Amino acid sequence: MTADSAMSFLIPLPVVLALLGAGVCLALGQNARAQRVISFVTLSVIVAIAGVLLWAADKDGPQVVYVGGWPARMGIVLVADRLSALLLLVSAIVTLCVLAYSVGQGIIEFGRDTPLSVFYPTYLVLSAGVSNAFLSGDLFNLYVGFEVLLAASYVLITLGGTGPRVRAGTTYVVVSVLSSMVFLIAIAGVYAATGTVNMADLAVKLQEVPEGVRVVLQLLLLTAFSIKAAVFPLSAWLPDSYPTAPAPVTAVFAGLLTKVGVYAIMRVQTLLFPDSPLSDLLLWAAMLTMFIGILGAVAQSDIKRMLSFTLVSHIGYMVFGVAVASDLGLAGAIFYIVHHITIQTTLFLVTGLIEIRGGSTSLEHLGGLAKAAPVLALMFFLPAMNLSGIPPFSGFLGKVALVEAGVDRAGWLTYLVVGVSILTSLLTLYAVAKTWNRAFWRPRTEEPDELTEYVPSSGTKSGEPWSSTAVTSVRSLPRAMVAPTLTLVAFGTALTFVAGPLFGITERAAEELRDRDPYIQTVLDDGSAPGSKVVNDQAEGR
Amino acid sequence: MTVNLVLVIAIGVTFACGVTLLLERSLTRIVVGTLLIGNAVNLIFIVASGAPGRAPIVDESDPSPMSDPLPQAMVLTAIVITLGVAAFLLAMAYRSWQLQGHDEVQDDMEDRLIMRLAELDEASQSYEDDIGGEPDEEGADTEEVER
Repeated sequence: MTADSAMSFLIPLPVVLALLGAGVCLALGQNARAQRVISFVTLSVIVAIAGVLLWAADKDGPQVVYVGGWPARMGIVLVADRLSALLLLVSAIVTLCVLAYSVGQGIIEFGRDTPLSVFYPTYLVLSAGVSNAFLSGDLFNLYVGFEVLLAASYVLITLGGTGPRVRAGTTYVVVSVLSSMVFLIAIAGVYAATGTVNMADLAVKLQEVPEGVRVVLQLLLLTAFSIKAAVFPLSAWLPDSYPTAPAPVTAVFAGLLTKVGVYAIMRVQTLLFPDSPLSDLLLWAAMLTMFIGILGAVAQSDIKRMLSFTLVSHIGYMVFGVAVASDLGLAGAIFYIVHHITIQTTLFLVTGLIEIRGGSTSLEHLGGLAKAAPVLALMFFLPAMNLSGIPPFSGFLGKVALVEAGVDRAGWLTYLVVGVSILTSLLTLYAVAKTWNRAFWRPRTEEPDELTEYVPSSGTKSGEPWSSTAVTSVRSLPRAMVAPTLTLVAFGTALTFVAGPLFGITERAAEELRDRDPYIQTVLDDGSAPGSKVVNDQAEGR
Repeated sequence: MTVNLVLVIAIGVTFACGVTLLLERSLTRIVVGTLLIGNAVNLIFIVASGAPGRAPIVDESDPSPMSDPLPQAMVLTAIVITLGVAAFLLAMAYRSWQLQGHDEVQDDMEDRLIMRLAELDEASQSYEDDIGGEPDEEGADTEEVER
């Protein structure tokens, strides 16, 4: 066989290596230095592997590995097509940067010895779960991937076990458990209707299932994924639970976890239910997510909460792209996911720095940061403008693609969503501009505002491990945390410069998603049959 | 395909009990609720695997009287995961009891704050500040860029 089998041994590595690294980290326990080295090496290798996989998937079409050598319809299949590989690469890069940041923060707060020996292993398990979800070729393995990343996130969100975190964690865990149950019910339904959970096999077999049953299954899956992705009527848990966690944890959650949900929606919508009758429903959901999310952001006076609401709001753009489901719409949505993973993570990391520099994340207390910390101001300004879609930045490019795709689709509902998306972009600008004005440009006021007495915000007491808000002393910025943040800011800005090639990949990924044949044939063809060469050639034809 | 009615009714009842418990404030009851729902979902898998047959792996070549092994494998995985999550939830309930003396899930601070403001019929402070005409330098950008 060709290069396609030469690369396929790489596919399980992002999952296996991360889990292996987690095990070694856990075994090393108290040796924080060794834990850091192992985490770094593991995640760097995963970035490299993801890069190679993307290159191979773009060149030769989907890469497949049959875990344990079981035939496709029975065993676990891992597939890296363009969409999976691209998201894997971006998420690996972001995970690595956030790891560097958290190492910096850990060193700042405890010196060289971290008492939280559980952080690095859990973080690697989270990375393994995310990779598994992106690479999974069957629904049940997707569920396992979700559970792995969720279990890790339960630990991370309640890190230190302080009162507010336990409270926020409870909401988060219960909602996640519920969504997993809905997902399981959907899998059971799918299995009862078709007798398989392999997605490529399902893509063929679901067409023979009666329309009514199919819609029920689709609704169940969409409900489960919408909870995870925080799509509007199911999004209330997110701004409630994210802001209390430590800054690097919130950053990586905001960047990755919701996007895994969006990825699942995208995969299921394109592969299992093409031309679905529910695209209007998705359009409504996208519109309400955008609008209601951003109204929440405008009302907040805490930067972390404001960002959590913009996170919810901008999920709407991606769902919009999936609902439109044209080549351009999907390409725009994928581009937007890449952009948003980077930018949202960066903004949360910067907020962590603001907290250290300014002593708070509440807009009532901050001020004068532009003068006091010009680099910090720059690091906030660039991603903030990027998020709100100011022209040269990637946020603008993604939005243009989505708007164009929406206008192409026509119909009053689509036009309405396009209008709302532009309004949302405007309101995002308003929300971040308000933050900018109050935190950075207005002179610092020493007197506390009257609300402070009973706003502990997400308040943990200072001195507790990884305290999230009440850092009492105003400190200068630690280099070890600034460098990874600057890297991500640069990466986010660089998305503008590589937008051409990147959009090329997302367009090809979208075509591949819409075509479905390369994916289905590569997976179902076990690799032994002579037909596999033909499939490769087809995929190369693009 | 024949469906076992007793199983279906059991699923319904277990689900209903689980959901009722899940809506409680006390974390311990929520744990019991999730366990019940988890068990109901596992039963769904058993129903989904078709009519009950013999053991899934039997030492014979004719597979027709066997049960479908795949859903049973899935249920095993799901049971393990539910167990782990339940253990974690119990740990959280215990931690909450340690910290506060009870395990009731509280409302969010900011939510309570906003509710209090709503009762007083006041807008939030940041809102009034913005009405007060803070210099809004981004305004110019807004009009230019967003058209």
